[in-house]
Amino acid sequence: MSAEINLTLKVWRQAGPSAEGRFVTYEADGISTDASFLEMLDIVNERLIEAGDEPIVFESDCREGICGTCGLMINGQAHGPQKGTATCQLHMRSFSDGDHIVIEPWRATSFPVLRDLAVDRRAMDAIIGAGGYISVNTGAAPDANLTPVPKETADTAFDAAACIGCGACVAACPNSAAQLFTAAKVQHLNLLPQGQAQRWARTEAMVETMEAFFGSCTNHGECEEACPKEIPIDFIAWTNRDYIKAKVKNRKLAG
Amino acid sequence: MLGSLDARIPAGSLDTKWTDHKFSMRLVNPNNKRRFDIIVVGSGLAGASAAASLGELGYRVKVLTYHDSPRRAHSIAAQGGINAAKNYQNDGDSVYRLFYDTIKGGDYRAREANVYRLAEVSVDIIDQATAQGVPFAREYGGLLDNRSFGGAQVSRTFYARGQTGQQLLLGAYSALMRQVAAGTVELHTRSEMLELVMHDGRAVGVVTRDLITGEIVSHSAHAVVLATGGYGNVYFLSTNAKMCNVTAAWRAHRKGALFANPCYTQIHPTCIPASDDFQSKLTLMSESLRNDGRIWVPLAHDDGRAPHEIPDADRDYFLERKYPAFGNLVPRDVASRNAKTVVDEGRGVGPLRNGVYLDFSGAMARDGEAVIRAKYGNLFDMYERITGEDPYTVPMRIYPATHYTMGGLWVDYELMSNVPGLFVMGEANFSDHGANRLGASALMQGLADGYFILPYTIGNYLSDYLGDPALGTSEPVFADAEQAVANEMSRWLSIGGTRSVDHYHRELGKLVWDYIGMARNKTGLEKALSEIPALREEYHRNVRVLGSADTLNQSLEKAGRVADLFELAELMARDALTREESCGGHFREEHQTTDGEAMRDDDNFTHVAAWEWNGEGTPQTRHREELEFENVELTQRSYK
Ligand SMILES: Cc1cc2nc3c(=O)[nH]c(=O)nc-3n(C[C@H](O)[C@H](O)[C@H](O)COP(=O)(O)OP(=O)(O)OC[C@H]3O[C@@H](n4cnc5c(N)ncnc54)[C@H](O)[C@@H]3O)c2cc1C
Ligand code: SF4
Ligand code: FES
Repeated sequence: MSAEINLTLKVWRQAGPSAEGRFVTYEADGISTDASFLEMLDIVNERLIEAGDEPIVFESDCREGICGTCGLMINGQAHGPQKGTATCQLHMRSFSDGDHIVIEPWRATSFPVLRDLAVDRRAMDAIIGAGGYISVNTGAAPDANLTPVPKETADTAFDAAACIGCGACVAACPNSAAQLFTAAKVQHLNLLPQGQAQRWARTEAMVETMEAFFGSCTNHGECEEACPKEIPIDFIAWTNRDYIKAKVKNRKLAG
Repeated sequence: MLGSLDARIPAGSLDTKWTDHKFSMRLVNPNNKRRFDIIVVGSGLAGASAAASLGELGYRVKVLTYHDSPRRAHSIAAQGGINAAKNYQNDGDSVYRLFYDTIKGGDYRAREANVYRLAEVSVDIIDQATAQGVPFAREYGGLLDNRSFGGAQVSRTFYARGQTGQQLLLGAYSALMRQVAAGTVELHTRSEMLELVMHDGRAVGVVTRDLITGEIVSHSAHAVVLATGGYGNVYFLSTNAKMCNVTAAWRAHRKGALFANPCYTQIHPTCIPASDDFQSKLTLMSESLRNDGRIWVPLAHDDGRAPHEIPDADRDYFLERKYPAFGNLVPRDVASRNAKTVVDEGRGVGPLRNGVYLDFSGAMARDGEAVIRAKYGNLFDMYERITGEDPYTVPMRIYPATHYTMGGLWVDYELMSNVPGLFVMGEANFSDHGANRLGASALMQGLADGYFILPYTIGNYLSDYLGDPALGTSEPVFADAEQAVANEMSRWLSIGGTRSVDHYHRELGKLVWDYIGMARNKTGLEKALSEIPALREEYHRNVRVLGSADTLNQSLEKAGRVADLFELAELMARDALTREESCGGHFREEHQTTDGEAMRDDDNFTHVAAWEWNGEGTPQTRHREELEFENVELTQRSYK
């Protein structure tokens, strides 16, 4: 049943990439529990504008949990308290009247803050550019049913491919590693027959590009907890295994 | 002035036109390709696939997108699937049948030649995507699975759980990032195109604003390709991603590109009904749900009982009742209008009485909950997260919402607009869906345009300019365009009004929904033509945009986009008023059969309406492209 609740927000405000940031407190009264978390921020922003203050910058696009644009630290949790749920899909029924909510951007050296709650996540695109693809030029593909793929394999590849590139795994990781994100893409492609030709080159290049931008993974497992798509951490183990093999194979292939 | 519009459709029989045309088009040889600069605005399915393919061919490509990464375009949210005439199910599908279904589904308001080509290349898309690693659903034997979709009687839709758009976009994005890494494509994210730059009557570049720094930048090229998506957000509430807007297309329109059929908008029957005033967007529940869910409302008005307390005898499965052949799988416009009818009658369900039930209890009894969970699990979870109700035990509530826009910039057979050098692809053009798009056909069209059509046709245009360098950005036309953008920014910041951009966007949306929504009539459209300009005038006088132009300023970004939506809304009303017939998504209440079906006027309206900008304050001029049907006989659509 919907109800109205009053909240106190502590929001990170930062005027620009090189500006000093600080927390500002806002009272958010009369918020319907049917509103989404971002709609709650829309309401706060609307009130700020009416009062002549610049609205809080935060990003979103699909508001359906699929594009990976949104992403806030809510009371210290990436994407907030509801498991397997991106910020935009979180609803105010997860909160109670009188709650204090701390709202911050993703915190990681490789995700510089652009303004308030918006960060720059381009380093993730660089990881994909390093090998997160199958090299097949347009028009060069054989008939799609030429290579059957066992349903189980396709399903597991899909579980990895479901990553939305939000960066919550990085934000949640004590080392700010992007290992879950990287492993998800590596395994999506490494599992499929179509991805075999570039398996070893891909693994080495993507893992090393990840490490050039982000911290190293030391298996804390916080990423899996934070991931809105519940990407299993097993993919990291498989990627580590592929990486060791890749180091050997790539040397042999080169030699 | 423009003469009558010529789509430059090649001669010859329908099934060989494209092949013959590809053969007769002039080619740019591989070494010369690197002497051409091409700007692609947009990196959704259409933009990413085109940019990757052009990069592979050796062109120098520049991709501009206002997103922070090309992986995020609106395309990512497509759920249900993508059509292709593979006939893997051996159920009688063929290129001709897909062509026929699309023409008929579009209510005979699309070009035969374009649609046939679309059906033809559809099969290549599936091959390409599979080779890229797109994890389409498979059967136990390891081959690709299909499902059926509204408006078709064969199973030709390929899907990747409920995330087909995501997987296809990630495939195109990975191909694009491969080219970015290879240096053939230069990627500019968070860059919003705000001006099209013209020289000698041709498109020669664009001006963008960097959304982080506010820097205004000129980009020049031999050709400009817009793949900037649709304009569904003119309704404020729609299933489109929040950032979708018409600005790129509209700014091109203001420079002379014709805007075609703006009144053809599609309402999707299966969305979650709005719950309150703060609602920021509507969420689609994939139409594939109509394969297993049954749509009903109580027979009685204001029936207060919970759904499970209402016995079958007291339910009205209105689509099954009225359309026994297609039942719950009638096309979108038919399903939507019927839902509106029963809600308007006072038989709606839910707290605001603004929905109809979509009930899975029968399918779960038949196939078991596990099967339903495997097919639709993520959609059911999404529904529960939004509404707080469990669709495994309580029927879903759905209601139509704006979803797709068939109208867009006019293009010829080669996807070039009437402005030489300006190409338009994907949802941003008007070309293939006529007055109504069939489910799972937008992904197909975006990727057909991007992978398999534009990379050929653009060469035919470029070959004339071999050896000519792109115009330098130091030319006055660029400086003028930059100045126009700078002036626009200062104008927004200096208004100093009292209400936010979102406030006006929401108000505009209400007018457009009420007057140019699911059903239109003369009185309403005339009202729209007086109320929209009045609200627009207030907007320009009273909007409040705070902050400055040299930082990330989301209100400032939105200010220009909403201004363009205002102008578009007025054109939609004018287009809808002029089109004195009902067809597809355009339902004029004055033009219906005695049993409430859309009634076309083929004698007077078998044409595309393409509008020419005449400057601010002067209504656009309407041009026509006559549609010739040589292969298909025009019939009254009937899904009974
Ligand atoms: C919820 C939902 C579900 C859908 N499901 C299906 C389905 O199952 N099957 C199907 O076939 N279709 C479906 N559709 C429709 C389909 O997803 C879209 O029509 C299609 O993806 C549009 O692709 P596009 O490449 O043309 O545009 P978009 O994906 O909208 O991409 C537009 C691009 O242009 C850029 N851009 C726009 N303006 C500017 C500017 N001024 N400056 C710089 N960059 C700009 C954006 O950054 C973006 O990269 C669905 C749509 C919705 C809303
Ligand atoms: S792995 Fe999960 S948390 Fe990390 S980017 Fe992907 S979806 Fe986000
Ligand atoms: S806004 Fe798209 S995932 Fe949240």
